[in-house]
Amino acid sequence: MLSDISALDLARMQFAFTVSAHIIFPAFTIGLASYLAVLNGLWLWTRDEVYLSLFEQWKTVFAVVFGMGVVSGVVMSYQFGTNWPVFADKVGPVLGPLIGYEVLTAFFLEAGFLGIMLFGRRRVGEGLHMLATAIVAGGTLLSAFWILSVNSWMQTPQGYSVNAQGQFVPEDWLAIIFNPSFPYRFVHMVLAAYLTTAFVVGAAGAWHLLKQPANRGARVMFSMAMWMALLVTPIQLFAGDAHGLNTLAYQPAKIAAIEGHFETYPDGRAPLILFGMPDEATSTTNYAVEIPLLGSLILTHSLDTPLIGLDAFPKNERPPAAIVFWSFRIMVGVGMLMLILGLWSGLARLKGHLFDWPWLHRAAVAMGPAGFLAVLCGWITTEVGRQPYTVYGLLRTSDSASGLRADAVGYSLMGFVIVYFFVFGAGTFYALRLMSRAPEDHIDISQIGPTRTAGITPIAQAGE
Amino acid sequence: MVIDYAFIWAGLIAVAVLMYVLLDGFDLGIGILFPFLKDRDERMLAMSSVAPVWDGNETWLVLGGGGLFAVFPLGYAIVMPALYPLIIAMLLGLIFRGVAFEFVHRTERMKLFWEVAFWGGSLVAAIAQGMALGTLVQGITVSGRSYGGGNWDWATPFSLLTALALVVGYATLGATWLIMKTEGATLARAQRLAKPLGLTLLALIGAVSIATPLLRPEYLQRWFGWPSGLYSAVVPVLLAAAAWMLWTGLRDGLTYRPFLATVAIFILSYAGLGISFYPHLIPPSVTIWDAAAPDTSLRFLLVGAVVLVPMILAYTGYSYWVFRGKVRPGETYH
Repeated sequence: MLSDISALDLARMQFAFTVSAHIIFPAFTIGLASYLAVLNGLWLWTRDEVYLSLFEQWKTVFAVVFGMGVVSGVVMSYQFGTNWPVFADKVGPVLGPLIGYEVLTAFFLEAGFLGIMLFGRRRVGEGLHMLATAIVAGGTLLSAFWILSVNSWMQTPQGYSVNAQGQFVPEDWLAIIFNPSFPYRFVHMVLAAYLTTAFVVGAAGAWHLLKQPANRGARVMFSMAMWMALLVTPIQLFAGDAHGLNTLAYQPAKIAAIEGHFETYPDGRAPLILFGMPDEATSTTNYAVEIPLLGSLILTHSLDTPLIGLDAFPKNERPPAAIVFWSFRIMVGVGMLMLILGLWSGLARLKGHLFDWPWLHRAAVAMGPAGFLAVLCGWITTEVGRQPYTVYGLLRTSDSASGLRADAVGYSLMGFVIVYFFVFGAGTFYALRLMSRAPEDHIDISQIGPTRTAGITPIAQAGE
Repeated sequence: MVIDYAFIWAGLIAVAVLMYVLLDGFDLGIGILFPFLKDRDERMLAMSSVAPVWDGNETWLVLGGGGLFAVFPLGYAIVMPALYPLIIAMLLGLIFRGVAFEFVHRTERMKLFWEVAFWGGSLVAAIAQGMALGTLVQGITVSGRSYGGGNWDWATPFSLLTALALVVGYATLGATWLIMKTEGATLARAQRLAKPLGLTLLALIGAVSIATPLLRPEYLQRWFGWPSGLYSAVVPVLLAAAAWMLWTGLRDGLTYRPFLATVAIFILSYAGLGISFYPHLIPPSVTIWDAAAPDTSLRFLLVGAVVLVPMILAYTGYSYWVFRGKVRPGETYH
């Protein structure tokens, strides 16, 4: 089976698989870390035990998911070298230090204070515990900052020169870090992470409201999540639009593939293709359902600005159009559903029915995984859309690896697939089971900390 | 004055890898020792003693990989393909043992499975790391700017020997860590385990020390030539002293000395490897200067490292301080 596939394609599959599996976890933990900090802050501020109870419940979910994020992330830090050695050699001088900063500023910070956040409330006291929780949340955002800078540089490289060995050499670090697509991608991704978490929390809250409409913890969860859905989804749509305009300026081929535009529109007036079947062989989008003029309006915010299509690029410079076309539409479609749910919840809140409209709650449960789907489709759009390059316009994906052995890459790919489905499947099951426990209004504060089946252990050892 | 950034970074990466080996060493070691602990309660206790710190320990591995990518990209691009199956095995092992910390508390039916996963994952990761070390010491075939060897270059008797030494070394770190962190029957068991482990470790270090200079003539020169032989003679003397500290610490039932002595044995063995390696990053042909990124990269990250590494050491130390003392049965948040 494996002998028919080239080592390069296997390496691409392996990277696509391991990075897609990984992004699921940070997409959730970035938002959840901030949510935990807010819950703990509300507990300290109001002394309402419902917040503490929610903090304790989501903390265990966080621990399970964060662990999966850590182990799948360690894999990523070695994949550049195992499967993309030429890429690693060439871009290491530019991207390596950024990843180095991610480890030094973010990973150690998260790891150093995670233990205190999970296990240390009774040992360090409420104040320092709050600080540790906030630091973990800050660490996740710092991590996103660096890794999105790395990814964005690969999309819109600048601030480098090339040396005699063909390596990219940094010339201007500020230009490298704050490359043209970075601010857009960073904002879009952090908002996506917050929304992903909001929809998971909202689904958990709605699930419990359907069974126990009076449950206070469920109400608090659902209400907080629906505020996020209502307020952040529209912001995300604007951020996504701005990101799209930026992509049009720097990666027009990606936009042409997203839009299914094989032809250039020299006078503007491009239609918006809602659906269709992009066919790369014939360079047409078949069965296109179009809205005239709207494509130009959305992309150039004008009617007559020229808009280039894929025909402006030789075939070996074009991204795979069909994948990008569809992944983008799924992302936007999910975004629209999020917007609708947010508005629906706003209406329910206005009418005082936020907690007793079962169909709203059912919809929220169904939308629980929406953020993950949107995040994955968004990443597929941006990563497949910059093909055939790893460093856009400069280093081809096919030139990023050399001397790979198909058998080694193939067997390791099988290993990752089997292990990930089993391990992360089990982890997802445990996380869902933790969420399915109905929240409690009150919590015995003396129970928080080191207790388990063996009974309550005094905390005397903290004073040793 | 010209600053040799590649030299400074070689030192820093070496320290990062050493930190990883010492810190993840004891928590991998606890996993390796799982079959020798009495029952589930004792295994959960041992796991609890490292649960708050394991993630930070493993971050040093990410720093080692990320740091190599940043400052020695050519080295990273050659070593990873050369060690391909070992790296993959290590990563898969680390996945199982990493998630086991949480998963084992999330299920009753599968508890035993995740205990076995914690043991197996720790063991596989340790074996893979030990074989990777042996493969590096033996030397890696390079052609142009990439790996030039075969699929199975890493599978040799010498790399098996280093793997065995590392597994026993981690187990010794784990056992002496438990001596510090536990009481009563568990403490007594850890003390009983530490003695044969320590002796075996010393015997294996001896075997590796004899085999290494015979692998390559330059190793022989660095160890027994003049004047470098004078400095390298210090290492075995200090190693003997550390071995004596370990022995007396175990004999007298001391709390901290066995662990600290084992740490000293690791540091000295590591220094011994450094003597064999320097000035190569990848023996026998790639020096640290060949593999280094341009000075602009090295300088940029060094500025951050100078400020951030002391902070990291400070708050990591604080975290260990918060969780100091003996761990008691039932003491986890679950």
